[in-house]
Amino acid sequence: MKLTTKLMALTAIVSASSASAVELEVMHWWTSGGEAAAVAKFAEAWDATGNTWVDGAIAGGGDTARPIMVSRIIGGDPPAAFQFNHGRQAEELIEAGLLLDLTDVAEAEGWADIVNPSNLLDACTVDGRIYCAPVNIHSWQWMWLSNGAYEKAGVPVPTSWTEFAASADALVAAGITPLAMGGQSWQQNGAFGVMSVALAGTDAWLAVNRDKNAEVAGGPEYARVFEAFGAARELSAGLNVQDWNQATAAVINDTAGAQIMGDWAQGEFAVAGEVAGEDYSCLPGLGEVAVLSTGGDAFYFPVVDDAEITAAQKELAALLLSPPVQVSFNSAKGSLPIRGDVDLTTVNECTQKGLDLLAAGNLLPDGAALLSPDTVTQLNDLMTEFWNTPSMTPAEVQEQYAAIIADAD
Amino acid sequence: MALTDATDTGQNIPVQKPKRLFKNLASKIAAIPMVFTALVIFVGGTVWTIVYSFTSSGLLPRLKWVGLDQYERLWNSRKWLVSIENLAIYGICSLILTLVIGFTLAALLDRKVRGEGALRTIFLYPFALSFIVTGLIWQWILNPELGLQSVMRGIGWESFAFDPLNNSKLVMFGLLIAGLWQGTGLIMCIMLAGLRGIDEDIWKAARVDGIGTVKTYIRVIIPMMRPVFVTSLVLIGSGIVKLYDLVVAQTSGGPGLSSQVPAMYVMTSMFGGQNLGQGFAASTMMLVSVVIILVPWAILEFGGKKRG
Repeated sequence: MKLTTKLMALTAIVSASSASAVELEVMHWWTSGGEAAAVAKFAEAWDATGNTWVDGAIAGGGDTARPIMVSRIIGGDPPAAFQFNHGRQAEELIEAGLLLDLTDVAEAEGWADIVNPSNLLDACTVDGRIYCAPVNIHSWQWMWLSNGAYEKAGVPVPTSWTEFAASADALVAAGITPLAMGGQSWQQNGAFGVMSVALAGTDAWLAVNRDKNAEVAGGPEYARVFEAFGAARELSAGLNVQDWNQATAAVINDTAGAQIMGDWAQGEFAVAGEVAGEDYSCLPGLGEVAVLSTGGDAFYFPVVDDAEITAAQKELAALLLSPPVQVSFNSAKGSLPIRGDVDLTTVNECTQKGLDLLAAGNLLPDGAALLSPDTVTQLNDLMTEFWNTPSMTPAEVQEQYAAIIADAD
Repeated sequence: MALTDATDTGQNIPVQKPKRLFKNLASKIAAIPMVFTALVIFVGGTVWTIVYSFTSSGLLPRLKWVGLDQYERLWNSRKWLVSIENLAIYGICSLILTLVIGFTLAALLDRKVRGEGALRTIFLYPFALSFIVTGLIWQWILNPELGLQSVMRGIGWESFAFDPLNNSKLVMFGLLIAGLWQGTGLIMCIMLAGLRGIDEDIWKAARVDGIGTVKTYIRVIIPMMRPVFVTSLVLIGSGIVKLYDLVVAQTSGGPGLSSQVPAMYVMTSMFGGQNLGQGFAASTMMLVSVVIILVPWAILEFGGKKRG
């Protein structure tokens, strides 16, 4: 009923503002099974308003997709809407006036009251104006474990990183790779971020990532993280995969014990028909520090000359945050909704853990909101070099890490 | 050559000089768009890039001068040094192997083998594919779980191990295989055309003098094919410097940093890292290195002829 009224209201807006249907090209990098299922929910909802969703999916992840999007925007052929991780990635596009100001939509829809946690909207705000529509909360702080693999190895499923590291030998003996890690640099850097929150604690993590304190980055708390990261490097030997979902597939197939990956991995488990708690387990904050980072995806809308398209862009922005769309999208994607007043249709054990942390307010800002893309790229390079160079010691990588943090803006 | 010399001397008569600008006016007008494109797009773009490489441009270009900071950071970056080293390995191997294999194939085809047309098509065919497709095909072939290694193990050779793309020491050679597969056919065709341009009488004379086939090729034919080799060299060289899409499709720079190349460094810093200044600095260095190699060679190759 609620959905119908909402859609009818939207249809009314459409017919009022434009006689014909508007085609909007939406660019995103959601191409894995779970992600594609989720984005289809957006497309369905948008098509139901009488408009047309032109899907501009780019395979290969954000690092591949963002350059394409940016070059199209700078080149004067912008898509109608595009996905970014909100935070500092779009900073300069906004400063250059290339992105549509959504403040009037946000005020009309009352985003300031409904978006929870509120720092998601802050990440969209520049000088008091709102430039993006957050659609989901994603958190990196998860480890996914295969119950089947631990059963095969004859050890209980670990409940913390310490237990995981201790039980790794039993997995190796059973012919299972303890830790699944893809070959892309952002995965290795992301896993490092999760381990640093879990093992160095939130205070040290904030000191490094928010305050750019190079002393802490080179200090004893982080030394512990780098030691563990070096140990993790050895635990991942033997599995050669590139993409993150291939690494997740190894956990699903019980050929790997665990994967450190954001909650988007849960979409893959869902597509494979696995059940949380039975087939796989999840540990937020690696079971050491129960905390969620609240990153996520947001849609930005480039400025275009056509008034009809501008109206449609604003309409789409409102639609993306509407309760029914939030529920269907986030249920399919395995992410958390950005509004606290909706209930997901399929809440499994892991999503519930996430919702509990969200309700309890054990939250951290996302790394992408604190560090500039330039710094993130440097860290990606450093971590992937370390991960693939067995002769590089944790002390060496820590020294270089501290140097990057010292230079970060 | 003789013809141009003759006109040149004709032009030296003072009365005819003013006409020179308007000579062949139609063809000069026709060339204006290309001259304009070359000046504005190539020269203008290059100058613009060099100028902005001294700024702190982020996602968008802005004129905020930082002097040589971008270059300092570039040469302190491990990734850049690895990129250059990789390009050197790939470049040298690719240059030598493409020429050797291309010429050998052309020479074999030139021996009037049966089915030459079919073979030529087969060898040239990979060139019709883009680097992205080539990279993807070879990524599959070299994938240990899908490709060559699993096939060899499947037919009973259990210990067979060939996994260059996941080995940081061999990964550049994995790329090289794909690059050669794609590029050799074209060089072969150019060489074959060159060989066909050699007068039959040369061969007859060599036979009369009792010189062996291989020796004739090396001592007589190859020196005669100098222009063909120059063309091939330019084609191969430009292919090496712009090496990018093959790497993206096959390894995306991994494992670790071990298959990074300069063009990829430029792309990731410009768009991934949203640091245009750094990308411009890197592309300027690419240009400088090309100029350092190209200019002396071009003077030797083309400058000498005028004097002779």
